[in-house]
Amino acid sequence: MKVAVCVKQVPDTWAEKRLRAEDSLLDRESADGVMNELDEYAVEQALQIVEAAGGEVVVVSMGPERAAETVRKALSMGADSGIHVVDDALRGSDAIATATALAAALKGRDFDLIVFGSESTDARMSVVPAMVAEILGIAQLTFAQKVLVDGSAVTIERVTDYGFDTVTASTPAVISVVEKINEPRYPSFKGIMAAKKKPVETIGLAELSLDPGVVGSRASWSVVADFSARPAKAAGVVVSDAGDGGVKIADFLAEQKFI
Amino acid sequence: MADVLVLVEQFGGQVKKATAELMTAARRLGSPVAVWIGPGCDDGALATLGEFGASEVLVADAPQYTDHSVAPIADVLAALVAQRSPAAVLVASSATGKEAAGRLAIKTNSGIITDAVDIAADGTATQSVFGGSTIVHSRVTQGTPIITVRVNSIAPEPQATTPSRSTIDVPVGESSTKARVTERTEATKGGRPELAEAAVVVSGGRGVGSADGFGVIEQLADSLGAAVGASRAATDAGWYPHTHQVGQTGKTVSPQLYIANGISGAIQHRAGMQTSKTIVVVNKDPEAPIFELADFGVVGDLFEVVPQLTEEIKKRAGA
Ligand SMILES: Cc1cc2nc3c(=O)[nH]c(=O)nc-3n(C[C@H](O)[C@H](O)[C@H](O)COP(=O)(O)OP(=O)(O)OC[C@H]3O[C@@H](n4cnc5c(N)ncnc54)[C@H](O)[C@@H]3O)c2cc1C
Ligand SMILES: Nc1ncnc2c1ncn2[C@@H]1O[C@H](COP(=O)(O)O)[C@@H](O)[C@H]1O
Repeated sequence: MKVAVCVKQVPDTWAEKRLRAEDSLLDRESADGVMNELDEYAVEQALQIVEAAGGEVVVVSMGPERAAETVRKALSMGADSGIHVVDDALRGSDAIATATALAAALKGRDFDLIVFGSESTDARMSVVPAMVAEILGIAQLTFAQKVLVDGSAVTIERVTDYGFDTVTASTPAVISVVEKINEPRYPSFKGIMAAKKKPVETIGLAELSLDPGVVGSRASWSVVADFSARPAKAAGVVVSDAGDGGVKIADFLAEQKFI
Repeated sequence: MADVLVLVEQFGGQVKKATAELMTAARRLGSPVAVWIGPGCDDGALATLGEFGASEVLVADAPQYTDHSVAPIADVLAALVAQRSPAAVLVASSATGKEAAGRLAIKTNSGIITDAVDIAADGTATQSVFGGSTIVHSRVTQGTPIITVRVNSIAPEPQATTPSRSTIDVPVGESSTKARVTERTEATKGGRPELAEAAVVVSGGRGVGSADGFGVIEQLADSLGAAVGASRAATDAGWYPHTHQVGQTGKTVSPQLYIANGISGAIQHRAGMQTSKTIVVVNKDPEAPIFELADFGVVGDLFEVVPQLTEEIKKRAGA
């Protein structure tokens, strides 16, 4: 089984995120870059699939030079090789441009499964996996809380508002996973050492035969008109319970007309 | 007036509140055309859509549309975009809504905006990003604007119409039928308002301590007609169903009132509730970060404070 796993480098979860005044893009330089938390579950799932069925895991990431660290992290968890898509013309890509570039990088490499996280913590769009499935014309099995691979048949439990749907398809397929699915492993010392020797292909738009006009900020089909910090909320009241905490909340709710 | 396509959010033929919100926003841009994908669009459903100004209801209920996950929705919407050149396509920000919108954007070479909290008459969308710390106004500059709207963000305003109903019959792409839904499993605890659309949400976290402990949370919820939410710590422990998880990887809620009990306020939890209008906190640790969000907080044991609050609410309701 040949499995790709797409991982994104994002600003550290706990870092304060802000847009830059000059171009309304996320300020990525001011915070540490880490692997998108949900993509750790995707890497773990890809590794588990290959451990059970045999094959290889290829990690794919699009992002600036330093996203190479994130590719390396997936390799140290156990992925076999990497593809890093990097090009100045990709700066400012929106979800459509990102999906277009990732699909171009994935195409023609005979992947049986392409695994994603279900959401990036910075963009929070949850659309890139569906878009890649659409562009490649392969089955979409997303928001999986469970994945079962049996030969070329893949069945998932897709999380829904009411519970879950059981969805099934044949390979090749796109999968995205939610955090309930597994417990991502930590890279071992041995894994970190081994990762240094694993091959990473660094490619740009030329290698992908993509026209710079279809990616990057120029091709982003939505624009930020303006942005502002939300007005700070007035500090609330916090009291210690002296046996009447419930009554005090009731008073507050009454004052606010909730009861 | 141009058409505005609205993808109806419904479950088992029950029109969800999100749909009324979408219709309200759609009327600012043009004439709302409701697109119903799935079974169950009966007279009652038609009447509900009429209350909020649907000019037409287009129904796709054949198996080719309903037996597959996500992709056929985008096929239907793309065909309607081609036929009607709508001013915009509005979809709820559910997992399926966002994914269908994403596929539609690719199919129609159109820009997409997700998680809007408001839409102006000129199509400018307002988004609340980075845990609600930043307000962004954005616009689609190419193709048909495709906008997904966060539930509970736009107040539904009724406008009575008598919509016509017609059946959609457009082809579904070969690749759209590759993922087949074989079973739908319901795991939600029923009988209370739905989490994403409830006006009041009462949540419990690790501090609740056990599945039995959620009894006090449910009693408070019932006294307020509220939905019950839970932190991931509580759902992972099996104390409450995963469908009730609030947060980054659970549901995003934006109710009028959110009451957090025994929840510390990890960033992933805040991501799903930070935009609630009023936030009340009960936690025995005065240092818990959730207090930073509180409009009103009590430092105390939830097993003392919450039952007392429930009693007090009942007493005042009876008075
Ligand atoms: C990829 C990823 C995704 C995640 N997604 C989510 C998500 O969607 N939603 C989510 O909630 N979390 C999510 N998390 C988990 C999150 O990081 C926290 O671990 C979780 O929210 C903690 O839940 P908690 O506040 O209930 O528990 P804790 O952090 O353990 O807090 C329990 C609180 O209860 C208080 N307490 C204890 N006993 C009492 C009592 N008797 N009375 C009053 N107070 C009491 C304590 O003082 C404490 O503050 C995610 C994590 C990851 C890595
Ligand atoms: N630049 C990127 N490089 C690789 N994978 C990505 C990139 N952007 C998004 N993804 C994948 O798409 C998923 C969903 O991202 P999003 O649609 O931005 O919420 C992520 O969890 C990643 O698996």
